[in-house]
Amino acid sequence: MSKLLEVKDLAVSFNTYNGEVQAVRGVNFELNKGETLAIVGESGSGKSVTTSALMGLLPKPAGFVKSGQILYQGEDLVGKSNKEMAKIRGKEISMVFQDPMSSLNPTMKIGNQIMEGLIKHQNMNRTEAYKKAIELLDLVGIPNPEIRAKQFPHQFSGGMRQRVVIAIALACNPKILIADEPTTALDVTIQAQILELMKSIQKETDSAIIFITHDLGVVANVADRVAVMYAGKIVEVGTVDDIFYNPKHPYTWGLIGSMPTLDSSEDELFTIPGSPPDLLNPPKGDAFAPRNKFALEIDGVMEPPMFKVSDTHYAATWLLHPDAPKIEPPESVKKRMHGFAKTGGDE
Amino acid sequence: MVRYIGKRVGYMLITLFIIATFSFFLMKMLPGSPLNAEDKLSEEQRAIVLEKYGLNDPVPVQYVNYISGLVQGDLGISFAFSNTPVTDILMDRVGPSAQLGAQALVLGTILGVILGLVAAISHNGFLDYTSTIIAVLGTSIPNFVFAGILQYVFASELEWFPVALWGSFEHSILPTIALMIFPMATAARFVRTEMVEVLGSNFITTARAKGVSEPGIVFKHGLRNALIPLVTVIGPLAVSLMTGSMVIEEIFAIPGIGEQFVNSVMVNDYPTIMGTTLMFAFLFILIILITDLLYGLIDPRIRISGGDR
Amino acid sequence: MDNNQTNNIPKELLVPMKPKEDTSEKISAPSRTFLQNARRAFLKNKLALFSVVALVIIIIMSAIGPSMNEYGQDEQDLTRAKMPARVPVLENISWLGFNGTLSDTFEGQTVEQATNNAYARYDNQEDFIEIEVLNGSEGSAEVKATYNIYDAKDMEDQYFWLGTDTLGRDQWTRLWLGTRVSLLIAFIAAFISLAIGVAYGGIAGFYGGKVDNVMMRILEVLVGIPNLVIILLMMLFLKPGITSIVIALTITGWTGMARIVRGEILKLKSQEYVLAARTLGQSNWKVITKHLLPNISGIIIINTMFNIPDAIFFEAFLSFIGLGITPPDASLGTLINNGFDNLLLYPYMLWFPAILISLIMIAFNLIGDGLRDAFDPKMHK
Repeated sequence: MSKLLEVKDLAVSFNTYNGEVQAVRGVNFELNKGETLAIVGESGSGKSVTTSALMGLLPKPAGFVKSGQILYQGEDLVGKSNKEMAKIRGKEISMVFQDPMSSLNPTMKIGNQIMEGLIKHQNMNRTEAYKKAIELLDLVGIPNPEIRAKQFPHQFSGGMRQRVVIAIALACNPKILIADEPTTALDVTIQAQILELMKSIQKETDSAIIFITHDLGVVANVADRVAVMYAGKIVEVGTVDDIFYNPKHPYTWGLIGSMPTLDSSEDELFTIPGSPPDLLNPPKGDAFAPRNKFALEIDGVMEPPMFKVSDTHYAATWLLHPDAPKIEPPESVKKRMHGFAKTGGDE
Repeated sequence: MVRYIGKRVGYMLITLFIIATFSFFLMKMLPGSPLNAEDKLSEEQRAIVLEKYGLNDPVPVQYVNYISGLVQGDLGISFAFSNTPVTDILMDRVGPSAQLGAQALVLGTILGVILGLVAAISHNGFLDYTSTIIAVLGTSIPNFVFAGILQYVFASELEWFPVALWGSFEHSILPTIALMIFPMATAARFVRTEMVEVLGSNFITTARAKGVSEPGIVFKHGLRNALIPLVTVIGPLAVSLMTGSMVIEEIFAIPGIGEQFVNSVMVNDYPTIMGTTLMFAFLFILIILITDLLYGLIDPRIRISGGDR
Repeated sequence: MDNNQTNNIPKELLVPMKPKEDTSEKISAPSRTFLQNARRAFLKNKLALFSVVALVIIIIMSAIGPSMNEYGQDEQDLTRAKMPARVPVLENISWLGFNGTLSDTFEGQTVEQATNNAYARYDNQEDFIEIEVLNGSEGSAEVKATYNIYDAKDMEDQYFWLGTDTLGRDQWTRLWLGTRVSLLIAFIAAFISLAIGVAYGGIAGFYGGKVDNVMMRILEVLVGIPNLVIILLMMLFLKPGITSIVIALTITGWTGMARIVRGEILKLKSQEYVLAARTLGQSNWKVITKHLLPNISGIIIINTMFNIPDAIFFEAFLSFIGLGITPPDASLGTLINNGFDNLLLYPYMLWFPAILISLIMIAFNLIGDGLRDAFDPKMHK
């Protein structure tokens, strides 16, 4: 597997009236060709900000990359001018957004919105671009593409619009597709359709996908690898199997434990108390410690480094220190892990 | 859509009818008649005049005559210039007013859009503040104050332009500027607000994400969406220009409808005042109707769904 | 991922943390009510604050200004007509224009001719006219004449701060009296419009259904009639004067407020918290005073703030075209109208009322803008 994207020590901050909000505080991950990486976390954990930084789409002038590197095929994207980034956006890396209702231009025909990227990046003339746009609409499963291409966004349903947004993102065969909670705003049945669509498209086009979500159920369904983010940092990263069958970080336990299942009774939900820390003044030590009932004294003093669990699996918790007390995940979480192990494999 | 237009035209006719009725009875109650202007008439002549103006008929008959006259474009006979129909007086004077109004509206809107656009792009920058200040001053300071400054500085002191009157294109420059400042400032404010909102919306991020260049973002995606709602403001702006033109025409002694109106007020020429007012009312309502329909035509969201509203 | 430095962690730290007070749910930012937030945002807006100060000064001046000198509103005296502005102390700074002199440039074939033109223009008071030759060449001579009119009229001890008008009336006195009239009309018109508009819109919005339908149909027809037309017709019918202007302005002024209030009430009525209050059995009165009014107060205040300058403008406009305040009463509109009659020779007669009305309009608009921003929750950060 070849490394397509490598993010090193990325830190992103926002200047606000109250001071500097450190939304992302040193994130490391890599993305290989053709794989799907899911980034999971609560809202405000910095997952969307990370991807905005990848695209060079941080809201200006408030947001800025404070430090770190974003290496795309060995080339650092941090510090590239807007003009240079515009050549990469849509062509090399493209993005699908959360709210399909507002992410299409209301006064532009669907066909034209798809053609724009093609004309810009692939030097197509309008006739060629139009043909390709029809093909793309067909690919994302929109019936009567010739008629639909001449229509405006408000004539489409939410699910259909998200298909159009995906078609726009796929237009120039990008190597990386970033999907920022693409199914959150949709009905459950439509969600499944969109996920199926993305999976089948990935098979066809072989692009790598960064899938941002707060829904672990979706993760199990689509991802190869998972990165769990908390308070602007990645706290655990591993393959889907690592994360679901052998989670190491108490926060990941919490995420798994708070997923309701059919056979779990209410008292079996393992919930995470409290709310994420204020990133205006990030706490000393481990940011998760105040909410962590397995916290160690050292958590209040020093941030845990990434401990290696296996070649694919790393987690940032002092519980993995050789001298730390051996703590097992709570029963309810264990139960779920077994559940995954039983049903897993047919994914 | 057809039903919608029908409904709107229906409302327009009802409104006009109410205004016409109101103004007719107002006229009946007002002091003064054509006879005041010609005091030295004998009884015989008086009777002839009354007969001529139909003032001997019972009021309901007069009312019916008045309304049916209006429908045919007859606004009555002026007191001040006896024998001259108000319609003819207005027709003689419509040229300068139309030219002045059109120049001010077109120029004001174009400059306003540019100003608003520049402000939105340099959001919170120096140019933004400059154009915001221009907009605040332009919407606050009454147009007659601008007219006074322009007339004094550029015509009286610097002598670059004629002080007043109408004729060549030069004559129209100062009044046009004085009249266009309000629409310009209003359009600038409106476009800035719309632009800032549009540029912050999600579909702009989508466009950026597909690699559209900054000019493409601003003009192709931003401006179009910001300008469509501007159409709804143009109607009221055109209406405000008519108020403004009364003052501006009076200040620059332009032989237009506005000046005629002010003069008619001075000599209590009620039929002309009423006629002008009715014509204004008709134009106002027509302009608002046209811009509303235009908005429906150019906004795809309304254009398509218009049929079922 | 390098574990070297973590190897020498003292063992006593690798024990479960002692339970501490849970601070994760603590709200760090101080809690403020909506109005507190709005007030804070407004106080931060320098321009709006400055406007408030300026307006307060103008209002105070309109009350005490006329009695600050000995001249009355209607003291006509043609011997002292068209006197320029003269202010003690400031008269020594010539470029300010408060030194009580008239000056202009005059052209002629020769310097002598130009000088004679100047004399003819300034009452032939040769002793009090200073001539400065700007251009002595034959055929296009130009002189600058400065006429010391106060000395010429033997009124060295008189000070008309803003000069006098064509009938010799003190402009300072008339300016503040005119401001008083203009502001009075604007305030009364705006507040009557507010009362009618809120009541009409509130009833239509709150009761909804048939009541709303009928009331809105009526309003729709009224709104269709351009306000200028109604105001002009009303002004023809009523006797000119303050009351008539107020009536004409309120007849059209309340419709905008009524529409806004109705829209807001309709929107608020279906909000969950109002539904909740009703579900819990709150009376109509309680719902209106506790839930609806506080939430539309912002928009009412903002709308009124923009209605006031509109009314000032319309009053000035009506007085300007001869349908408003009639002499000897003054308003800013009549003063400006007089100013225009003398603009080319005595421009100061226009400038003072023009500047004042502009200041008032700008101040109200800036306050309105400031309030709108302050009441916009998006601006609270």
